[in-house]
Amino acid sequence: MRGSMRGCRMTEAASLQAPRRRTTAQVLVTIGLAMMAVLVVVALFGPAIAPYNPTKTSPASLDGPTMAHWLGTDSIGRDVLSRLIVGGRATLLITFVAVAISLAAGLILGLASGYMGGAVDLAIMRVLDVVFAFPVFLLAIAVVAALGPTLGNLILTIAVVYTPTLARVVRGPVLSVKRWDHVEAARSVGIGEFTIAVRHVLPLVISPVLVQTSLTLANTIFTVTALSFLGLGPPPPDPNWGSMLAEARQFMELAPLTVIGPSLAIVFASLTFIVLANGLRDLLDVTAR
Amino acid sequence: MSEPLLRVRDLCVTFPARRGRPPVRAVEHLSFDIAAGQTLGLVGESGSGKTTAGRAILQLQPPSSGSVRLLGSEIVGMRSAPLRAMRRHMQLVQQNPYSSLHPRMTVARILAEPLAVHRSVPPRQIAERVAELMTLVGMDPSVVHRYPHEFSGGQRQRIVIARALAVNPDFVVCDEPVSALDVRTQAQIVELLQRLQERLRLSYLFIAHDLAIVRAVAHRVAVMYGGRIVELGDAAQVYQTPAHPYTRNLLDAVPLPDPARQRDRLAQPAEEPDFRGHAGRVGPCVFGKDHAATDTPAWHEVSPGHGVSCCFWPPENPARR
Amino acid sequence: MVEPLLSVRNLTATFERHGAPARVVNGISFDIAPGEAVGFVGESGCGKSVTARAILRLAPEGSSIAWGGHILFRGQDLLRLDDAAMTDIRGRHIAMVFQDPMSSLNPVMSVGAQIDDMLIRHAGLSRRAARRRAIELLDLVGIREPASRADDHPHQFSGGMRQRVLIAIAVSCQPALLIADEPTTALDVTVQAQILRLLMRLRRELGMALMLITHDFGVIAGMVERVHVMQHGAIVETGAVDPLFAAPRHAYTRALLAAVPRLDTTAGPA
Repeated sequence: MRGSMRGCRMTEAASLQAPRRRTTAQVLVTIGLAMMAVLVVVALFGPAIAPYNPTKTSPASLDGPTMAHWLGTDSIGRDVLSRLIVGGRATLLITFVAVAISLAAGLILGLASGYMGGAVDLAIMRVLDVVFAFPVFLLAIAVVAALGPTLGNLILTIAVVYTPTLARVVRGPVLSVKRWDHVEAARSVGIGEFTIAVRHVLPLVISPVLVQTSLTLANTIFTVTALSFLGLGPPPPDPNWGSMLAEARQFMELAPLTVIGPSLAIVFASLTFIVLANGLRDLLDVTAR
Repeated sequence: MSEPLLRVRDLCVTFPARRGRPPVRAVEHLSFDIAAGQTLGLVGESGSGKTTAGRAILQLQPPSSGSVRLLGSEIVGMRSAPLRAMRRHMQLVQQNPYSSLHPRMTVARILAEPLAVHRSVPPRQIAERVAELMTLVGMDPSVVHRYPHEFSGGQRQRIVIARALAVNPDFVVCDEPVSALDVRTQAQIVELLQRLQERLRLSYLFIAHDLAIVRAVAHRVAVMYGGRIVELGDAAQVYQTPAHPYTRNLLDAVPLPDPARQRDRLAQPAEEPDFRGHAGRVGPCVFGKDHAATDTPAWHEVSPGHGVSCCFWPPENPARR
Repeated sequence: MVEPLLSVRNLTATFERHGAPARVVNGISFDIAPGEAVGFVGESGCGKSVTARAILRLAPEGSSIAWGGHILFRGQDLLRLDDAAMTDIRGRHIAMVFQDPMSSLNPVMSVGAQIDDMLIRHAGLSRRAARRRAIELLDLVGIREPASRADDHPHQFSGGMRQRVLIAIAVSCQPALLIADEPTTALDVTVQAQILRLLMRLRRELGMALMLITHDFGVIAGMVERVHVMQHGAIVETGAVDPLFAAPRHAYTRALLAAVPRLDTTAGPA
């Protein structure tokens, strides 16, 4: 009881909101996970679900919504819905792989930096600061221009760009958790430093990292589509949301659905991770121990 | 004469200067012995350096100079691999049982970890040893699959003690092991520590801010003030004939469960020494004398085994208590 | 007989955590006369802190709580007061000192400004008059050089000094009742003795009633006239302090008393 009563100058009204916030958070996380399930299914099984071959052209170009083509067709008669589904696969795979790489790098660098401190910390953080200082697009354009617009380069660029953010989110709480009593207890028992860092520090900093990862996923969706929009994405003819927008832009007045479709898909995908991040933040009560 | 279990000589800890502040000499020239099966009570207030002293003895805080010999081996400056092996002999019980246990590990994992690190028992016998440890500290072995937050403060402190005893240590630093607990729980934990000492012939360094708690457990008592030991002696000597004014100050502050006497003591005008400078060793002692400007007062022997460091010793007027 | 300042009747407190209601205060009743000092002794979870907080209608963080019964302060039932009237009572007529002086102070405000705020809000003083009074209050609680210390921030004070600041804030509006919840538990013994002396002196000088909550019979011994011993949300023994210490009737009281570490015992380690 003594612990939980600490420093609570709370009014009755304020205290009543705590359980409610938790319920809202659970609802948000459930919605976020359900939306993410849709994205995962699309990413994994896209070609199997799509009603048409997304690269097959037909004479019926810029056709309005019909029973056969729910979202109409594009300028060279390809089915927009099928292109959306298959195009989502490319966008989402790039996003997931890139964020997975920056998460792994962020965890390793953030943990090493925060836990070891001193010169290691200084070196890692300065290098990350340099990366962080580059505008995302400038760096992406430079890399892709220099090394060519391949899928691998795109993923690598995005992974590098988001590593500093994640590393910082890991490093911050590591700095405080490494001073907690149970860490000293582990050291006094004779446990090695590596084991302490991985087993006694890392599990306690995961909550904020989960939230930040979710937000990073939302950002990455935008970045990937924007780069593809600028022509730096995966090469044609395979569809992706960004290049679809770019192609459809010139026929916007004739066939608004060709623009609205990919736009809504991008919004849906980012919204998924924003909803998830907000829910996770409240559910895991990221600020509290 | 054979060497005692633990021998500390001239142990100093200095925290380096930071942001223009002068270096802090947290612990200065600490010297004492602890014999096997004995307890030394180390008493002082926050900022006196008592916790830093405990950490420095266990090499959790590198000492700036001095010597700590445990079981005949010098452990100051020992390299990390042999030091980790040495930790089998020396353990720590921390003050706050709410923070000293990994919140996401079950009790079984918490207790198994030191066993695995030191390979004290074969992997197949770890579960058995964990159950034995739980029984040893008076807990039901069937609760080992729970998490720390499911236990009360007293129970958690028992788990902390069990973890410290897992590898059969010879020496345990108990850093304020009961000050976060209720009085009745305090008494139970103190009794447990005493019982374990008798049974396992443990040596304790028992750190506390309160002379009353130490009374029950310590064979010898050291009083720390401003990073130095100002009085050291057998428990009976220190409690019955305190030689340093600060020791008397600590004794007078202990609340007594006796309303009439306690009312009298509270009614007396408080003698409130200026403690402002004591943490950094720059500033006056309880008598207002600034030792930093002169020299550390010499160590005077009050009686065999009982010493005091005070430039006002021997007192000019022996009648004054 | 004097009209009691505070009269608690059949107070209950029920937490709702994880959906399951848990009653932590189980219908307790007691009175505090004007200027009287009353002690509440019990262990963690016995409901003593919840009782104290109920008087100010403060609920612990992260939980919802329902109170029942009556808390009559000068004849008004605090549990049925609207929020605005309750805000007026808090700090002005009933003040509280908590265990942890750091988390009770605003870390980014100077301590003087924190006292000023109380005086401006509750006593209607001007900023200039409030600062004059704040310096007097810091002096009253024994802080040296109060005029310059008033501009310092909480982290520049030691734990004992912070507790003095907190006491200065609590007594700034000369409350009729001061509730002190484990005010010395986080402090060194020497500092504890000083804080207890300070509370005694302020009570005498300001004529306040004192409700002192602690788990330690040693702390309560010289401080109060009457003691309530609490266990499992109920008062198990009540009495004047001297007879209660001399001849405790309830087994729980005896156990708590026996656990207080003493200096005068001959029992050391074997």
